[in-house]
Amino acid sequence: MKPASFDYVSASSIDQAVSVLSELGDEAKVIAGGQSLVAMMNFRLARPATLVDINRVPGLDVIDVGADSVAVGALVRHRRLELGGEVPGPLGDLLAEAGHHVGHLPIRTRGTFCGSIAHADPASEWCVLAALLDARMEATSTRGTRLIPAEEFFVTVFTTALEPDEILTAVHLPLLSENHHVGFAEFSRRAGDFAIVMAMTAIEVADGRITDARVALGGVAAQPTRSSAAEAVLVGRAPGAETFADAASAAAENVTPHGDVHGPAEYRVDLVRAMVRRSLTRALGEG
Amino acid sequence: MSSQERPVTLEVNGDPVRVFVEARKTLADTLREDCGLTGTHLGCEQGVCGACTVLIDGDPVRSCLMFAVQAEGSEIRTIEGLESADGTLHPLQQSFWDHHGLQCGFCTPGFLMLAAGVLEKDPNADEETLREALSSNLCRCTGYQNILKSVLAAAEKLRS
Repeated sequence: MKPASFDYVSASSIDQAVSVLSELGDEAKVIAGGQSLVAMMNFRLARPATLVDINRVPGLDVIDVGADSVAVGALVRHRRLELGGEVPGPLGDLLAEAGHHVGHLPIRTRGTFCGSIAHADPASEWCVLAALLDARMEATSTRGTRLIPAEEFFVTVFTTALEPDEILTAVHLPLLSENHHVGFAEFSRRAGDFAIVMAMTAIEVADGRITDARVALGGVAAQPTRSSAAEAVLVGRAPGAETFADAASAAAENVTPHGDVHGPAEYRVDLVRAMVRRSLTRALGEG
Repeated sequence: MSSQERPVTLEVNGDPVRVFVEARKTLADTLREDCGLTGTHLGCEQGVCGACTVLIDGDPVRSCLMFAVQAEGSEIRTIEGLESADGTLHPLQQSFWDHHGLQCGFCTPGFLMLAAGVLEKDPNADEETLREALSSNLCRCTGYQNILKSVLAAAEKLRS
């Protein structure tokens, strides 16, 4: 199908973009990579009266590496994070590994990190990463800029805490020290498909014990979620197969996914167990 | 809402092109209807099949998921620009011919532009990289094996 008519504004600055949004509210929609939005418009599931294109706004295609955090700007494409080399340490490794699983190559050359987070698909790699690391989303409007923590940002499927007049101008991620080990595992029927279940982990090890553990899951709820049950199992124990199996079981016992076309709920629970264990094993470089 | 047509200037296969299109017109439809380049095919119009893949500033992109107005000033390459000026087939095209890389041919322009984009950036792409890149697009005839074979053979030829 073809999209319905819309007015098109190619913004030349953030000020211009937010002033259009401030005037039009939810009649307007921001477009960056458009890899989800244009498909929805082609189906007429989305019919924005005005499209505010931010692709020509200077300064948004920036990866800003600070002392302890990284700001990923609204025009940073998936492919750039996948190719890596800009974000140091384990965070850079995790961005490259997860980025490789976002859609297919021609989607990754155009789609953006921030756009994926603003779209809030609970099976999106970047949304799970944002939940894993307690990312802070930088929302800009004519009223100013605020930072929204991940646990408040993801409201439900395709719904975020962004107000209609706000643009997600950047996502702030904490840099991970070299003591952190990161792992990622997802299951999909074919490479490049949306994952049915994914798990992402970041564990900090000191003196042979896990001192900090983060486990996040995608595809099991209406938003990406942390598994506090798995994290509680991990902290204080020595990393290894038994610890990881126990954490995977704890994660599986504490999710209540719905069944769908891919399989019944029990199938997803089993996948949670497998993906958590796999991502933990990969984090320690054994998978 | 506006059905007003706006001027868009593109460089298509090396030639400057100026078209007047509504903002809602995708790049794929613009190439086909306003530039007369019907080699770019539309399969699904939702970014899944990859038949409409073209190169924009060197990168493979789904032209059904981009509006022509967004491509203002971009360098676009379509299947029509793949062969040499004298009509000699590009090594990828010749290889698809030689290795039976197509049957009905509907998906072929997308596969060729995808493979061209990948090999231009990474001439030494190994089989795994190419397999994965080719999984971006759908083909309902060949079973993919001959497409992969064609691209591997072309990659070798392009390197030599």
